[in-house]
Amino acid sequence: MLSALRNLGQFSLDLLEVLGRAGSLWWQAIWRRPRLANAPLLIRQIYQLGVLSVVITVLSGFSIGAVLALQGYNQLVKYGSESALGLGVALVLVMEIGPVVAGLLFAGRAGSAVTAEIGLMKATEQLSSMEMMGVDPLQRIVAPRLWAGFIAMPILALMFSVVGIWGSSLVGVDWLGVYEGAFWSAMQDGVDFKSHVLKGIVKSVVFGLVVTWIAVFQGYDTAPTSEGIAAATTRTVVYSSVAVLILDFFLTLVMFNF
Amino acid sequence: MNDVLKDTRDDHVVIRDVTFRRGQRKIFDGVDLTVPRGKIVAIMGPSGTGKTTLLRLIGGQLKPDTGVVEVDGRRIPQLTRSELFEVRKSMGMLFQSGALFTDLSVFDNVAFPLRIHTDLPEDMIRDLVLIKLQSVGLRGASQLFPSELSGGMNRRVALARAIALDPGLIMYDEPFAGLDPIAMGVIVQLIKTLNQVFGMTSIIVSHDIHETASIADLIYVISDGKVIGSGAPQDLMQSEAPKIQQFIKGIPDGPVPFHYPAADFEEEIMAGQEQRGWFG
Amino acid sequence: MQMRTIEIVVGAFMLAGIVSLAILAFRVSGFSVGDSAGTYSVYAKFENVGGLVTRSKVSIAGVIVGQVAEIELDQKTFMARVRMEINADVNQISVDSTAAILTEGLLGGKFIGLSIGAEEAYLKDGDEIRDTQSAIVLEELIGQFLMKQF
Repeated sequence: MLSALRNLGQFSLDLLEVLGRAGSLWWQAIWRRPRLANAPLLIRQIYQLGVLSVVITVLSGFSIGAVLALQGYNQLVKYGSESALGLGVALVLVMEIGPVVAGLLFAGRAGSAVTAEIGLMKATEQLSSMEMMGVDPLQRIVAPRLWAGFIAMPILALMFSVVGIWGSSLVGVDWLGVYEGAFWSAMQDGVDFKSHVLKGIVKSVVFGLVVTWIAVFQGYDTAPTSEGIAAATTRTVVYSSVAVLILDFFLTLVMFNF
Repeated sequence: MNDVLKDTRDDHVVIRDVTFRRGQRKIFDGVDLTVPRGKIVAIMGPSGTGKTTLLRLIGGQLKPDTGVVEVDGRRIPQLTRSELFEVRKSMGMLFQSGALFTDLSVFDNVAFPLRIHTDLPEDMIRDLVLIKLQSVGLRGASQLFPSELSGGMNRRVALARAIALDPGLIMYDEPFAGLDPIAMGVIVQLIKTLNQVFGMTSIIVSHDIHETASIADLIYVISDGKVIGSGAPQDLMQSEAPKIQQFIKGIPDGPVPFHYPAADFEEEIMAGQEQRGWFG
Repeated sequence: MQMRTIEIVVGAFMLAGIVSLAILAFRVSGFSVGDSAGTYSVYAKFENVGGLVTRSKVSIAGVIVGQVAEIELDQKTFMARVRMEINADVNQISVDSTAAILTEGLLGGKFIGLSIGAEEAYLKDGDEIRDTQSAIVLEELIGQFLMKQF
């Protein structure tokens, strides 16, 4: 009993310590804004994190939109309100599924790559050698990745939603025969830019920040061995997925209920 | 031995009474050593004695718990971040793995410190990079990527990068480890040439006795967190101290025991048999 | 890959983001530029707004001419004060017009329907429509119906 309590205390202390280190890494890096001279680094990272995640995001968005339309149609048609299909799909995509699923995909595709890359740089002493050359790895390696995640994630989430809505219209309108005018006008009537779209964007920005933060920290903090990198990559995917889902709940609570 | 040690007027690196611990483990416990300007100084000792850690203390990547680390008369642990980065421009370091940036070509790797720290025009940087690559004999490999290089070439490129800014002090972390004899000979020759031609103060961390002894002016032997012996190579070879003798001659058992601390062998074997008795 | 190629691809990526945002704004949420810029405000007081919300439609003869911008309680009269934003090009609504809260279909959302009066003076920004007709609350209707029966 006593040892369980002690273990719990030890665990809490360890957790706080990790959080502290992660926080200070983020804080130090975020103030080292990419200067104009470092813009190519940022662009390269937007390419790595964003562009390379486009295909998986668009494919997933399309199929999720199509599935939502199928399922939604089957339910709505019972009440004769299949004209609300577009509205339902659009709301769900824009507020929830777009940011969340794009965030999860981002964690799996981009987050793991960032952790592995930085971990490898650490293991092969590239970070150390950079420091010894008088170059700050926080500025050159960490900061561009943090900013790239911040920029790329909302764009991916927007693409996800748009492609999802397009997929749902293909299934709903072109295949299941929902009247096109009603499909779009119900959507335009019910979806509000400020209270739905914008809040979805806020979510995706937060997810982008948190996922890249976790990924960068896990890479930076990894044991510089191959086992260490493997474990850190797994941790990145697990932690950031869980963080996205939990944060989604709280963001929804704060933004949509008050 | 005395003529090397006595000349303390121009010490490039001074380490006084440094202690450093990592977690519970004490890595250094009162280390003293000086590196005279323009000399090749070797820091030797068995694996795991923190030789690399010592280089990191000099480079300011780690801070000692107590004691003084001075480079060019500047106390490294007390410097601010930007001062430290300034001082590091006058230091080069060759990492054991080479630590080349894998996403840059050989040329860009060597150009990296120049592009960051100087405002030189691109054609001048090109000339400088080619000069450095020429001096390590790899001008022809300038467009290759690190993954296309052998271990020895990798280290030579890293050396070219380390000397790109013409540092006054260069530190070598295990420069001979894992190289074939020819590549090793090349590195030995390069270290010597750089020291003689450019007058770079060199610190070599290594456990390869013969290569190191052949070029070092002064050797420090570290064991158990302390400097246990120092002097010119030939003096050290004749040292009476058993630990130094064991290290230099490579005797398997001695003050550094062959066996990792364990319970009595006979007892443990017997205990194992008793346990098996229940099931076997 | 060449830096220039990467720059172009990243540029396309950012552009795709902006296009997505524009699609969500205009195609999905029916957001139109200058919505509030080209409008003027008209007020009306109702006994009961029963289910009218901000962004509800304001229509004349079934054509949408604006939206409800604000609903608040007038503490003196204890009536609901509604601010409507009417599109600026609809500028000939006479001052004796009537505002009624109507329902789309039997159970649909509420909206405000304006019936044009006969006066030659037109409503300006900040004016109030005097003649109003509150929302029909279904429960009250049923109540009245039952009272008449007995």
